[in-house]
Amino acid sequence: MSTASASQPANHGILSGLADSIADWGGVILNSLVVTGDVAMFTWRTVSWLFWRLPRKETLLPNFYQVGVLSLPVIALTGTFIGMVLAVQAYFTFKDLGLETRLGAVINMSLVRELGPVLAATMLAGRVGAAMAAELGTMRVTEQIDALDSMGADPIHYLVVPRLLACIFLIPTLTIMADFMGVVGGYFYSIVILDIDMHHYWTNSEKFVDSFDFFSGIIKSFFFGGAIAIVSCYRGFHCTPGAEGVGRAATTAFVWSFVLILAIDLFLGNAMYSTYYRLFPDATKHF
Amino acid sequence: MPAQSTTTDTPLVQVTGLHVTFGRQKVLRDINISVPKGQTVAIVGESGCGKTVLLKAIIGLIKPTSGQILFDGKDLFELTDKELVVQRIRFGYVFQNAALFDSMTVGQNVAFPLRQHRRLQEPELQQMVLARLAEVGLPENIVAKKPAELSGGMRKRVGMARALILKPELVLYDEPTTGLDPIMSDVINELMLNTRRNYQVTGLVVTHDMHTARKVAERVIMLYPLSRLGPNDPQIVFDGPPQELDRSSDHRVRQFVRGEAGERLMEMREQAESAGHHAN
Repeated sequence: MSTASASQPANHGILSGLADSIADWGGVILNSLVVTGDVAMFTWRTVSWLFWRLPRKETLLPNFYQVGVLSLPVIALTGTFIGMVLAVQAYFTFKDLGLETRLGAVINMSLVRELGPVLAATMLAGRVGAAMAAELGTMRVTEQIDALDSMGADPIHYLVVPRLLACIFLIPTLTIMADFMGVVGGYFYSIVILDIDMHHYWTNSEKFVDSFDFFSGIIKSFFFGGAIAIVSCYRGFHCTPGAEGVGRAATTAFVWSFVLILAIDLFLGNAMYSTYYRLFPDATKHF
Repeated sequence: MPAQSTTTDTPLVQVTGLHVTFGRQKVLRDINISVPKGQTVAIVGESGCGKTVLLKAIIGLIKPTSGQILFDGKDLFELTDKELVVQRIRFGYVFQNAALFDSMTVGQNVAFPLRQHRRLQEPELQQMVLARLAEVGLPENIVAKKPAELSGGMRKRVGMARALILKPELVLYDEPTTGLDPIMSDVINELMLNTRRNYQVTGLVVTHDMHTARKVAERVIMLYPLSRLGPNDPQIVFDGPPQELDRSSDHRVRQFVRGEAGERLMEMREQAESAGHHAN
């Protein structure tokens, strides 16, 4: 009797713990599904506005200025450093192999294919995305988004569409800027500081970096821009009250954007390269 | 002296069996209200009883969990986006903290609904903005200022000017006098009365300021927090003219009207202690 009564609560405890754990996991899965559906609806509503009615010039221009013009200095600086860091890192490895004249190829290819677009987008997710989430979050908390709705102005059309357009048009443009400054930075460090032969540096760059490398980076940056805008605006629109809520919206906007940038880079990059090399099998490069 | 009636029998707002639940928290339960055209109704009640939620549900900013809200016979949640915009222009919403757009000047804030929905030449638009600002007692030189530069009373009045610029048929005021000094509160009360007199608008005023409720409304509806009600108790504990408030036989109404805490502090302490015991 006593054994039975002792084991019953123990079993009950294990079962109840298991049930709680299942319920918690169920809650997490359910919540993830709801958020995924919600983001999909948010994206659909935003994109459908692009085909229905574009925002006015007065709402577009300030966003283009914020995303484009104000990001130029930081992007130029980031691009220059990426180029120089690549030169430093690649130099010692290539020197050991006696391939330092190929430095231009590896720097410029890494730059236009991967590092330029990804690091420019990451920098913009921090500078532009977090700011968007914080601004829209504050508007949500202070009922400004409700005010737009109450006055018959669709908040998605008024607030999200201009930001999406600014990001998808200007983030690729800024990526071109980052690529260019990276090329300049890599050139400066390799030729001026490391004293690599300029002729070989450029000849190898020209030989190994083709237009597909450059355009694949730019195509990816369109998607990076779209992801940053949608994620940041979504986090801002779903901001919880208070200063903590706004702070969390900005942080999660950056984290989600960064994860998406990496995921898009992996899957889109893979898809583009496999398609390209299937279409042009002779284009395979050999170092 | 309460406001004089200019109502008609046709209901402009018809709320039937409204329930609103956020997650597991029920906020509104089985609310039934009919507001005739031209009537000004004050919705009063303690903080957290669901007054603002009711207001936002009426304008379609919060979707009801169940029940129906008809505005001029139309269910806002069954309209297309275009139809909804047409109906929204018939509303004016004065937000608790004015909800002015920080990035715009006062002039741009007040002109916003006009720019969205009317095709007007700039001089005509500016003239309308200045006229509306003058109506709420604000000078011309305020148009270039940013909302952050204004006092609470000025922000409220700019919010009113913006809400009224399209000459709405229904104006919803969310805590219009909260946070203002007594003089400025009465200025806002006067503005609400003037708006009704001049434009024959229907008004819904959410407030816990009984002076405002008595002065501007012809009818008062009192909501009670669901957490303090039994499962079958009605959430509307009073619905009648303001003169009847003091004569109500319901002690909850009398207690609220007189602003008496009664045993409330004791109850709150007991609840806190019992919650603490459960947590341990």
